Amino acid sequence: MIKLIALVPLFPLLGFLMNGFFGKKISKGLSGSIASLAILASFIVSVLAFIELQGSTQKENIINIFSWINSGTLQIPFEFLYDPLSSLFLLIITGIGFLIHVYSTGYMHDDEGFSRFFTYLNLFVFFMLLLVLGNNYLITFVGWEGVGLCSYLLIGFWFKNTAYNNAAKKAFIMNRIGDLGFLLGIILIYITFGSISYTEIFDKAGSVSPATITAIALLLFVGAMGKSAQLPLYTWLPDAMAGPTPVSALIHAATMVTAGVFIVVRSNVFYSLSEVASHTVAVVGVLTALFAATIGLLQNDIKKILAYSTVSQLGLMFLGLGVGAYSSAVFHVTTHAFFKALLFLGAGSVIHAMGGEQDIRKMGGLSGKIKITFITMLLGTIAISGIPPFSGFFSKDEILAHTYEHSKILWLLGMITSMLTAFYMFRMLFIVFFGKFRGTHAQEHHLHESPTSMTFPLIVLATLSVIGGVLGLPQFWGLPNWMHHNLDEVIKIKNPSILSHETEWKLMGLAVASAASVIYFAYTLFMKHKVLPAEKESQLKPWQKVIYNKYYVDEFFDIIIRKPLDAISTVFYKFLDLQIIDGIVNGVGTAVKSIGSIVRLAQQGNIGFYIISMVMGIVFIVLLTFLVK
Amino acid sequence: MINGISINYYLLLSTVLFIIGAVGVMARRNSIIIFMCIELMLNAVNLLLVSFSTLHNDASGQVFVFFIMAVAAAEVAVGLAILSMIYRNVKSIDTDLLSNLKK
Amino acid sequence: MLTLLLITFPLLAALILFLAKSKTSKTIALALSVVEFIIALAAFGLYKHNPDACQLWFNVAWVQSLGIHFNVAINGMSLLMILLTTFLVPLIILSSFKNEYAKEYNFYGLIFVMQMALIGVFTANDGFLFYVFWELALIPIYFICLVWGGENRGAITFKFFVYTLFGSLFMLVGLIYLYNHTNVEGLKSWAINDLYTAGRSLTETQQSAVFWLIFIAFAIKMPIFPLHTWQPNTYVNAPTQGTMLLSGIMLKMGTFGVIKWLLPMVPLGLEKWGATAIGLSVVGIVYASCIAIVQKDYKRLIAYSSIAHVGLISAGILSANQQGIQGALMQMLAHGVSVIGLFLIADILLRHTGTRDVDKLGGIRSMNGNFALLFLIIILGAVALPLTNGFIGEFLLINGIYQFNAWAAAFAGLTVILGAVYMLRSYQNIMLGERKDSHIAFGSLASSDKWVLYIVVIVIIAFGVYPKPLNDIAEESVKQLMLNLK
Repeated sequence: MIKLIALVPLFPLLGFLMNGFFGKKISKGLSGSIASLAILASFIVSVLAFIELQGSTQKENIINIFSWINSGTLQIPFEFLYDPLSSLFLLIITGIGFLIHVYSTGYMHDDEGFSRFFTYLNLFVFFMLLLVLGNNYLITFVGWEGVGLCSYLLIGFWFKNTAYNNAAKKAFIMNRIGDLGFLLGIILIYITFGSISYTEIFDKAGSVSPATITAIALLLFVGAMGKSAQLPLYTWLPDAMAGPTPVSALIHAATMVTAGVFIVVRSNVFYSLSEVASHTVAVVGVLTALFAATIGLLQNDIKKILAYSTVSQLGLMFLGLGVGAYSSAVFHVTTHAFFKALLFLGAGSVIHAMGGEQDIRKMGGLSGKIKITFITMLLGTIAISGIPPFSGFFSKDEILAHTYEHSKILWLLGMITSMLTAFYMFRMLFIVFFGKFRGTHAQEHHLHESPTSMTFPLIVLATLSVIGGVLGLPQFWGLPNWMHHNLDEVIKIKNPSILSHETEWKLMGLAVASAASVIYFAYTLFMKHKVLPAEKESQLKPWQKVIYNKYYVDEFFDIIIRKPLDAISTVFYKFLDLQIIDGIVNGVGTAVKSIGSIVRLAQQGNIGFYIISMVMGIVFIVLLTFLVK
Repeated sequence: MINGISINYYLLLSTVLFIIGAVGVMARRNSIIIFMCIELMLNAVNLLLVSFSTLHNDASGQVFVFFIMAVAAAEVAVGLAILSMIYRNVKSIDTDLLSNLKK
Repeated sequence: MLTLLLITFPLLAALILFLAKSKTSKTIALALSVVEFIIALAAFGLYKHNPDACQLWFNVAWVQSLGIHFNVAINGMSLLMILLTTFLVPLIILSSFKNEYAKEYNFYGLIFVMQMALIGVFTANDGFLFYVFWELALIPIYFICLVWGGENRGAITFKFFVYTLFGSLFMLVGLIYLYNHTNVEGLKSWAINDLYTAGRSLTETQQSAVFWLIFIAFAIKMPIFPLHTWQPNTYVNAPTQGTMLLSGIMLKMGTFGVIKWLLPMVPLGLEKWGATAIGLSVVGIVYASCIAIVQKDYKRLIAYSSIAHVGLISAGILSANQQGIQGALMQMLAHGVSVIGLFLIADILLRHTGTRDVDKLGGIRSMNGNFALLFLIIILGAVALPLTNGFIGEFLLINGIYQFNAWAAAFAGLTVILGAVYMLRSYQNIMLGERKDSHIAFGSLASSDKWVLYIVVIVIIAFGVYPKPLNDIAEESVKQLMLNLK
């Protein structure tokens, strides 16, 4: 099956083409089935290939498709690399992708752009698979930009709404800022190593100057910052919630935004070799985590809360990457994919039940009305908050333990982040599902549990969120850590844990205790005292206002980038281009013209004058030749 | 030289003729007179050519003169035709009135 | 002989059109241009089969005493440009099916004269012949813009004509200077290789002078900042097909000229002044991109974006390495195709809605989804998304510039971001959202327009996914050129 790994991206591509060309002509059911089955087929191939890889000793498999770009020494084949890392990502993408496709057939059922939605979604999966399967940076970059495009199309899916379009455009452009860094990084890799194939360059990295390695690592990280919404390029992700909820689950939580993590893990050699780069990654990661978590505290839009939570969790992953815990970060990507997809889909189910309402202040008391959604979301919330033995606990704990051995300050910030996470997640849960219903009567009447096509993925994901932890059980418990073992081949420079078992136990206990106490605090606040978020912005205290408005980061960017760009552009056009440069050009013309009009005075049309001047001229020349001699 | 007349006299005569012609062209406004003055200048040159031709015993100077005379004859025909056309259109052959090109 | 046929056939076609004055000139022109494309494909096949085939060159003495020869030949680079030219002309003619032009036989005839001159420019191997074709190309486009252009065409076309002619004269001086330094067994020669040898024998100062003399002509034609101000007005006022000719093909005369007629000729001059020229090109990229952001007229917006694109191409060429020049060739092909699509879209917008003002349009996507999709794909090609043909060139170009100077590459790379800004912004304003003006209706596209857009879109994707057929030729010919540069 490994030889046929190209089938994995091929199926979604076929699904995309079929829906793209015939989607409008066929029924919604058929259109949805084609799209879902395409992903299911990919998933089956991925599973088979995965099993084969696990039993094989050949961990790096290269599958050549065709030769793509050749330019002198730069040879870029269209080539796939199937190794433990990509095999895991394939499973996540196709597995969760399939569930979300199934969910979407229910969620999008009444939308007029039904087949268009699945066209985009299949295309997205195709590009995402290219991203993780590519055997060189450029194929990854193809997927990288491709998923950006699909993200653009899906965020702006309801294209009549200007705000949504703006969000889509913002996502694309901010991603492109990162992409430029990524592209320059790729070029620097080529110039340094003479190749950009994963299988050729990493072994040579040791002999390259540290400054170059740092530059490469940082440039790649710029790309990762854009795609994975890290400071300061994160503001597009919360806005991206404009897209349909399944999109938020698939693209903006489970898969695309983890591409940044993927690329850092893929290039882990560079980061292990460069302290500057890895420190940068860790610091940016933890700051993003903390920053986004605080914003999440006061949001009222259910999807925005989850979006900031995603940013924050991604920050945590980068913290893990920065401290060299690559396999832990991948582990967290996996568990995060489970529970965050679950939470988004659950939120979608809530929104569906509420008839499109996203404001948690208008909800309340939904636990009895939509039971499956409530229970699955509860499980997801527990998982993200880090309560054992749910999956999130294990992955988060691994990252924090590694951080502790690296730097106590980073660890402390990470701890605070996870406490904040537990708080705002339970805040959301309590406000949405408990207390009194605060919406309109029509909404209350409308409340209903979602169809099976939507609850089925919730149940599967909830199960995975609960048991996902077995993929990476703590080694100091004496249990096998499959995740760590699996990625052994991929991570070239090892970074073994040096903490004593005693410390690890203490850290773990501390994490659990703090999460539990924060949840209790949230419980007293929102369940006992029934505190509700302020109805109007004016009721907020000044510091709350700052957080509520996301620290005015968008406004800040507006002032320092967008407005100056527009202003400079206008100056360029109106003044520099039209006045100065074109002015000079026209000035030359005008000068010639005015000289002409002076000289023209001599041409008065009097023949006698012409003749006299001619004779004078001849006489003058003759005299001149005599005199000069 | 011919009958002992020095070349200088020929030169002098030719120069005088040429200057008369040139001044006439410059000073007069009547097209016919200007035309005659041009002929005068041509003949001054012819005279010079013939003189030097004899001086150097070289026939080519005289050949030139024949050419010039032939061309001048043709030129007179064309020139006078133009003048008569001008007269027909402008009712005058005063060159100062012919400044339409200026516009 | 095939080369000669490629040059003479358009001339023949032009004569047929001029003399027949047929009412069905459109169809005749389309058929003739397709025949020309088939001849080009034959040349392509022949070249693939045997690059040195004698069919591909033609050489007779023209003015023997001055060493001028009618010497035309097809090599890899010129083959690519010929394919581009012969491929685009049928598209340009097809795109005009919905436009009514007075005395259209003259219009199409002039397009063919233009095509002949362009192919001449791309194949000439004699300095004098090159110059003749170079100037010849200006004449038909001058008339196309002057006769069928928009309002105020007189002054604008005049400026365009004088500006480019002015630049060309510098080139003539430069070429004559080189010619005077040639020495082939005591005689002077216009042959390109002799000019190369002559150029290389010059001192650094002389080479610098020649570099600037010739570069100015090319820079005006492309155009490179700050010699670009003729371009936006001309593009906006020319009839759509004229704009397509100007930006799709004629612009490539400049970039092609730099590759073939400048780089191998004055290596020392390039070494000394290349950085300055690259600096201008790169500044132009950012400058023109910024200006494109604030444009309201969609055609003018594309005109400025074209300046940005060509700045990147020029910088890549002047960095004088394999990736830079190869990327330039690939990008020239890609830009030619996508810009045809973009200008046609501008024309379609004007025809359907009566305006090209980005702020007045809106909501067209909900009226014609098909058009929106085609438009989007062409835009994606223009912003060089991977798997579109624009990406191959852009990646290689930035790569080439990076090898010259990392900061220049980073600065040039801003086009990746700014391009997305102005393209997506204008797309959103025109196509998405709600209708701003309820009077604007947008029906289905005419089939001729549809076909042009389909072909453009297919080419954009096909050669983005599988560029090998063209890329191999580009790679090989640039390799040959690089031998000349060292």
